[in-house]
Amino acid sequence: MSVTDASASAKRWRFREPSALGGFWPSFSFVVLYLSIIVLIPLAALALRPWELGLEGVWRVVSSERTVAALKLSFGAAAIAASVNAVFGTIVAWALVRYEFPGKRVIDALVDLPFALPTAVAGIALASIYAPNGLIGAAFAPHDIRIAYTPVGVMVALVFIGFPFVVRAVQPVLADLDRDVEEAAATLGASRWRTISQVIWPAIAPAILTGFALAFARAVGEYGSVIFIAGNIPMVSEIAPLLIVIKLEEFDYAGAAAIGLAMLCVSFVMLFLLNGAHALMTRRGAA
Amino acid sequence: MSDKTPASPTRDPPWLKWTLIGVALFYVLVVLMAPLLAVFIEALRKGEAAFFAAFQEPAAFSAIQLTLLVTAIAVPLNTVFGLAAAWAITKFDFFGKSFLTTLIDLPLSVSPVISGLVYVLLYSIHGWFGPFFIDRGIEIIFAVPGIVLATTLVTFPYVARELIPLMQQQGTDEEAAAATLGAGPWRTFFLVTLPNVKWALTFGVLLCTARAMGEFGAVSVVSGHIRGLTSTMPLHVEILYNEYNFVAAFAIASLLALFALVTLGVKAVLESRFEAELAAAERT
Repeated sequence: MSVTDASASAKRWRFREPSALGGFWPSFSFVVLYLSIIVLIPLAALALRPWELGLEGVWRVVSSERTVAALKLSFGAAAIAASVNAVFGTIVAWALVRYEFPGKRVIDALVDLPFALPTAVAGIALASIYAPNGLIGAAFAPHDIRIAYTPVGVMVALVFIGFPFVVRAVQPVLADLDRDVEEAAATLGASRWRTISQVIWPAIAPAILTGFALAFARAVGEYGSVIFIAGNIPMVSEIAPLLIVIKLEEFDYAGAAAIGLAMLCVSFVMLFLLNGAHALMTRRGAA
Repeated sequence: MSDKTPASPTRDPPWLKWTLIGVALFYVLVVLMAPLLAVFIEALRKGEAAFFAAFQEPAAFSAIQLTLLVTAIAVPLNTVFGLAAAWAITKFDFFGKSFLTTLIDLPLSVSPVISGLVYVLLYSIHGWFGPFFIDRGIEIIFAVPGIVLATTLVTFPYVARELIPLMQQQGTDEEAAAATLGAGPWRTFFLVTLPNVKWALTFGVLLCTARAMGEFGAVSVVSGHIRGLTSTMPLHVEILYNEYNFVAAFAIASLLALFALVTLGVKAVLESRFEAELAAAERT
């Protein structure tokens, strides 16, 4: 035992650990080749092509009033929509795990609808409901509240698209949560509220944050479900992905790539911060 | 002393329970059910005849054909990729493994529009490789190959993501035993690994297919929207909608929605039947 340990620690660096199984090189090289064609080379183009405009040119595209307004809308509406889903998604997860009620299985299956329904289909359906003469839009229209063709419409679409993430992140954690711990807390005299805030909340909070981050990331880049309901008014309800499409239609490829690159950079910074917050929360939960 | 049993300390009072269920149901109703119902209501608004007329149009027919063609290419490619990636990542230890795993998840957090854009940057007439292919008479952007590429990029994580957690959990013991008994890699794969992951594989292929048929953003950027030629079903829905041909748009949309509902049904059945074999707990 000690002999192998010593030799293991002294061993040279190896690309891969030895294994009795075959098929590593064929599968590995296929995966690398495939990823290169499908992801890596295309992403390299995205990272390099904006600079055809020069540093100053990239900055001019990214800092133009219209781009800034679109980026603000995309990230702002995504953050609000993900927050709405964090609250209601947690309630839905709680109801699905803790309670029995008629139609529960159907609701549970339906949660994934935004994953399965093509975004263009969701987009035209939402536009028809929230238009001033639509099912829900008509209820708001007499009060002079317009949803479709305003930034609120963008948010409504992003709430739909982000629905499953928080529910699916919280559900398994709640289901795994031992009832014994809650019972122990109650036996020791904790009120229900104290049990919830000090036993249940620390356990599910990291999962809620994970769901929030996934819903946010998805919503920032969403296109199909938004463009029909947004009205796409420049500076008001025009999202960043649409601006990329517009640049492409004008054959301004470098400009389109610059906005795409800016979106990716902001997304990565935000996901990085959210991951940091998540690590902090789980560490505190464990302590 | 009262002989009533005290309420369980971990059970919520009925008023709270029903309030929360009410809020949850209302939210699901408004956010999920309303758009789903709207698709079918709008599709049938002008009666059955108008509904079926939408499918008789040659452009609708060619859109359905193109969607099936693209799906039939992208899904098998991504299935082979998913199996190869899961085999390399879960059965071996190598340098850069976690980087590779992260890379596989990447398309899930990239805007579909960007997924389409990257191929335009490469293969359009002003792209890096575009002139090379166009000189040889191969059109990629604004043609079917571009649609296939964009769909493949958007949908490639699904199979791999279902397989990797499960195969990680299963370890390499069974494969090592097969190898010791003299089975070659292919035999080990087909007789040992594949049967162990068949339901997760089915599940992944199902999700991949659903996404491939419905992809809109990425495909819209590379397709050029040539009616009857490079229009997939979701793009055809957009064209009809923008032409104010609402009944036809919703009719085609209802076909896609129906397929989404079937997907959800099959998914629910698979999940409840084969929970253990899907490593559901590992999935996030």
